Amino acid sequence: MLIPVYLMVSSSLKPLADVTGTFRWLPSGLTIRPYIDIWSTVPLARYFLNSVIVAGAATVLSVVIAVFAAYAVSRYDFRGRRVFTVTVLSTQMFPGILFLLPLFLIYVNIGNATGIALFGSRGGLILTYLTFSLPFSVWMLIGHFASVPRDLDEAALVDGCGPLGALLRIVVPAAIPGIVAVAVYAFMTAWGEVLFASVMTNDTTRTLAVGLQGYSTLYDVYWNQIMAASLVVSVPVVAGFLLLQRYLVAGLTAGAVK
Amino acid sequence: MTTTAFKEPVREASPGTPAREPRRRAGRLRRASLPYLLLLPALLLELLVHLVPMAIGIVMSFKELTQFYIRDWGTAPWPGLGNYKMSVDFDAPVGKALLHSFLAPVGFTLLSVALCWLIGTAAAIFMQDTFRGRGLLRALFLVPYALPVYAAVITWVFMFQHDNGLVNHVLHDQLHLTRKPSFWLIGDNSFYALLIVSVWKGWPFAFLIVTAGLQNIPKELYEAAALDGAGMRQQIRRITLPSLRPVNQVLVLVLFLWTFNDFNTPYVLFGKSAPEAADLISVHIYQASFVTWNFGTGSAMSVLLLLILLVVTGAYLLFTSRGRRAADV
Repeated sequence: MLIPVYLMVSSSLKPLADVTGTFRWLPSGLTIRPYIDIWSTVPLARYFLNSVIVAGAATVLSVVIAVFAAYAVSRYDFRGRRVFTVTVLSTQMFPGILFLLPLFLIYVNIGNATGIALFGSRGGLILTYLTFSLPFSVWMLIGHFASVPRDLDEAALVDGCGPLGALLRIVVPAAIPGIVAVAVYAFMTAWGEVLFASVMTNDTTRTLAVGLQGYSTLYDVYWNQIMAASLVVSVPVVAGFLLLQRYLVAGLTAGAVK
Repeated sequence: MTTTAFKEPVREASPGTPAREPRRRAGRLRRASLPYLLLLPALLLELLVHLVPMAIGIVMSFKELTQFYIRDWGTAPWPGLGNYKMSVDFDAPVGKALLHSFLAPVGFTLLSVALCWLIGTAAAIFMQDTFRGRGLLRALFLVPYALPVYAAVITWVFMFQHDNGLVNHVLHDQLHLTRKPSFWLIGDNSFYALLIVSVWKGWPFAFLIVTAGLQNIPKELYEAAALDGAGMRQQIRRITLPSLRPVNQVLVLVLFLWTFNDFNTPYVLFGKSAPEAADLISVHIYQASFVTWNFGTGSAMSVLLLLILLVVTGAYLLFTSRGRRAADV
């Protein structure tokens, strides 16, 4: 189960000869060369920065927008509420490939008509990714907000807080585990997405998901560098995930499985 | 994990929809518009990224949209149902490939979901009792799920290499199970390669959800059962599995949709053209659209896929919910 992880770590410390010849469990000599070379073989730093910007922005926006939407659904009766939840949720089940083509055309056409470059830009990718995690986030947060007693925010309203004040001061703090779980999910979605990244980015906006494939050239596949780079791009997500997984289990328990 | 989450609040509030119960409070207009204001950003994004593209996709599926028309796609000719005929005509190569790319993934998906569920549930039940190092073990279990797809899958590509890969080294050089090193990423073996990676990547999710579900089963149930002399196996069969039913209903559906629709894994594993044995539907549509630049046919396939998923999901929910209700009575 963890063999791939072992392979990632060990191969990233091997000299190139070890990974091009017959496989060996133990390196013939340890070297940190691959970790130095990964930054120059492909512009990894730029890809990394792009991924951080895209995934970070998508996460923050997605959480904020989902909090508002979930608050509206859990606290107000309004016409179209059911339609909204059902529609948003059903989009979750359809494959990305379904939206890829038309979205590509929409972004290109918006670009042609208004000059706002969505296609090929980080902004377009951020919009796309944040919408991908939105349905799940709204869903989870509705469950969490519903478990915060209404009396609490009604008391806040009586005390003179506006509805937004009640949301930010009462409901959001009470639903922190759910919000953390949603943020982790949104970040992982954006950090790991390959399909849209492969179509909607260009050389300057390319993210890690596509950039990592640049280590195989026509003549050589630098497996030791690929493994080193894979490790470098995985560490932030895996570390974050493992640190927050306690919240994730708690969040899933309270919000969804109820 | 999912349907139950939104059913609760909706059901609880639907008797008081504003249509039937006039609002009494003052400041009605502002109050009534507030939820819509809160929803507005989410709604706009859903429209831009999900709903409008879906509508356009349906229109596109009726058009002959090749790269010649892509700049000004409104003027592309209308072959009407031509794209669908091409996708559904099983004698023609395109349709046959599509039919194949439906059957192969269905088999693959069922196998993968079953294995993910089995391993995940077994691990979750095993990890239910506290023991030393449980936290660490749980964290290790979750690592494959936490790894970014491309980083994890590219490691598997390395392991499956013909000449310098770990898999062939173990199977051939060390255990001497095969007569010569096998090819894993082309030919029929690619099916197993995809299955292994998919299960490796998917079961921790099942584990996570079942773990969360198990925490909601009251301890008293087990205590009562133990008092009545029920053994471990009986407890699992009579208490754990029935209590997990609602969780499993959604978990299996989510696993199915994710696996069936998965693009990332086969794309990183095989590159732009997947071998026939592991030609999943998303990759197939991707090829039709972005490799052969036939957007019309690609959209027609997408719409067909959408319809099939709708039918399958609807039938599944209907079937499992009915079974559940019958079991409750």
